[in-house]
Amino acid sequence: MHSVSVKDLSLSFGPVEVLQKLDIDINDGEFLVLLGSSGCGKSTLLNCIAGLLDITDGQIFIKGRNVTWDEPSQRGIGMVFQSYALYPQMSVEGNLSFGLKNAKMPAAEISKRVGRAAEILQIGPLLKRKPAALSGGQRQRVAIGRALVRDVDVFLFDEPLSNLDAKLRADLRVELKQLHRQLKNTMIYVTHDQVEAMTLADRIAIMRDGSIQQLAKPDEIYNRPVNRYVADFIGSPSMNFMQGSIGAKGLTIGDVTLSIDGYKSATKLAKDDVIVGVRPEHVATGNDVADAVYCTKVTADLLEPMGADTLVWTKFAGHEMRFRMDGQVRLEEGQEVEIGLSPENLHLFDKVTEERL
Amino acid sequence: MADLAVEDARGPRPKKAFTLPNFIIYTTLTLLAIYYLAPLYVMIVTSLKTMPEVRLGNVFSLPREVTIEPWIKAWATACTGLNCDGLSRGFWNSVQILVPSVVLSIAVASVNGYALAFWRFKGANLLFTILLFGAFIPYQVMLYPIVMILRDIGLYGDVWGLVIVHSIFGMPILTLLFRNYFSSLPEELFKAARVDGAGFWRILIRVLLPMSAPIVVVAIILQVTGIWNDFLFGVVYTRPESYPMTVQLNNIVNSTFGEKEYNVNMAATILTGLVPLVVYFVSGKLFVRGIAAGAVKG
Repeated sequence: MHSVSVKDLSLSFGPVEVLQKLDIDINDGEFLVLLGSSGCGKSTLLNCIAGLLDITDGQIFIKGRNVTWDEPSQRGIGMVFQSYALYPQMSVEGNLSFGLKNAKMPAAEISKRVGRAAEILQIGPLLKRKPAALSGGQRQRVAIGRALVRDVDVFLFDEPLSNLDAKLRADLRVELKQLHRQLKNTMIYVTHDQVEAMTLADRIAIMRDGSIQQLAKPDEIYNRPVNRYVADFIGSPSMNFMQGSIGAKGLTIGDVTLSIDGYKSATKLAKDDVIVGVRPEHVATGNDVADAVYCTKVTADLLEPMGADTLVWTKFAGHEMRFRMDGQVRLEEGQEVEIGLSPENLHLFDKVTEERL
Repeated sequence: MADLAVEDARGPRPKKAFTLPNFIIYTTLTLLAIYYLAPLYVMIVTSLKTMPEVRLGNVFSLPREVTIEPWIKAWATACTGLNCDGLSRGFWNSVQILVPSVVLSIAVASVNGYALAFWRFKGANLLFTILLFGAFIPYQVMLYPIVMILRDIGLYGDVWGLVIVHSIFGMPILTLLFRNYFSSLPEELFKAARVDGAGFWRILIRVLLPMSAPIVVVAIILQVTGIWNDFLFGVVYTRPESYPMTVQLNNIVNSTFGEKEYNVNMAATILTGLVPLVVYFVSGKLFVRGIAAGAVKG
């Protein structure tokens, strides 16, 4: 059984179509990440699933039950917000128990659940404090706790880590992953951060302009992006794109021609103009060049040392290109570097539709 | 670079105590303060003088012998018409009008503002526009129609009639005030409360109102000063025995019998203005308290 199913969901604000005929099935216990740049409709979709926004068309099922017209509290969901949204005048305990009190739950059961949530999230000592007396990370824990005490099947996260600083974000990311392992709930997680998406997700849905571009496992999205948008969005630094064409001798980019025998295409490649994509980390350097199908020498125009590796800016076949090198290799700007390309690391996209070939 | 004289620049940046801009600013402020405080000064010294001394006409001079007789007379024994119990009757009337008016208008306006800010029902914007329009209609236009309405529902001349009138006239501006304040609160808080299963009233009472102290204080100040200082509605919609303090004051000051008792008039005027003044001084601090702290990113 699917945990959450979205069928044919549309949402318009007047003439503006915010979500267009979305279909998603989320499995029991799955961690689904909705990923996209701001304004793509990912938070809107989450709010629709939560019941905080009335949809224009379509249906939403949670645990096999049609909840399209149910109140948020009736849907069996818990939600965690970007701004934590803790009730400032209530203590941590009050925040955790507010929903349970609204449901007229017996006091003994409330204290049992609050105690369990506090134990899981290690916020026991904070129970009597007000949110103002908590740090950002503690506040977010309480916000998660508020979803936890509801004892629901589905957790919704709306950019929960965006307000935290980088170090804390990385810590809480791991904790979230552990929490998911422990609870085995279905989680739907909205973010614009691809690192969060790649690390947390069982599957990622990449959204753009209110529709889903690709819904797949993280490695699938990284290795076989369905179109140029997804290819550009995932990966940091992002993919290099070049104009090319396919001919009898293989792929031609500017004055460079290389064989594409190793390229696994979805369809039969026609002789046509294409967009060629290659990830900066997939340009072979150093000892790997020997294994590459095509190799050449380029000039390092600009270096961006990042410690573990160095990002090198160069010109390749008339196109600006970036590639990654081992950070320990000594290199000066203006120096020549040997690089290699292999067809299995290339991504070819139709020039007009920008779909993967 | 090494031979820079670092020792010369240590400690906090030196401040000049006396500069031309400062001089101009403080002079202007002082003059303005004197200008605005002068009438109050005249009122206070006059109210503490005896009538023979007032007749001398030196309005700025300090009283030669201080007397509180005018204050007592203004409060307790000054005559208006047949009543000779001074302003005290008007004071209690005003309190009886003020308290329910303030409570009722704020209670209703906060619900209005809450509904308009968070529950965007159909026609909410139209309703809000119409409501705001009410703020621009001059009182005189509605004076007589309201008399007719109150007469028909049997509240004309009753204190409660005036309470209803005050509540209605405060509605546009108070609703605007509450709507804007609630709109400034994080919407996620409202969403979280909905997920937690709180309904329309529970969200307002348990979540939003506890963080609305600053705007409630502003609303109280607006309403207390507005209703306390009201003269027109008071004189039109109530009977002499329930006239509010402002009307009573007017009747004392404008009584045409005998000599004008300036000292009593001054005392009566200060007494009438005392309530709004106290409200300003007491509630000023509450303005600045950031009640919403901790609700969002800190």
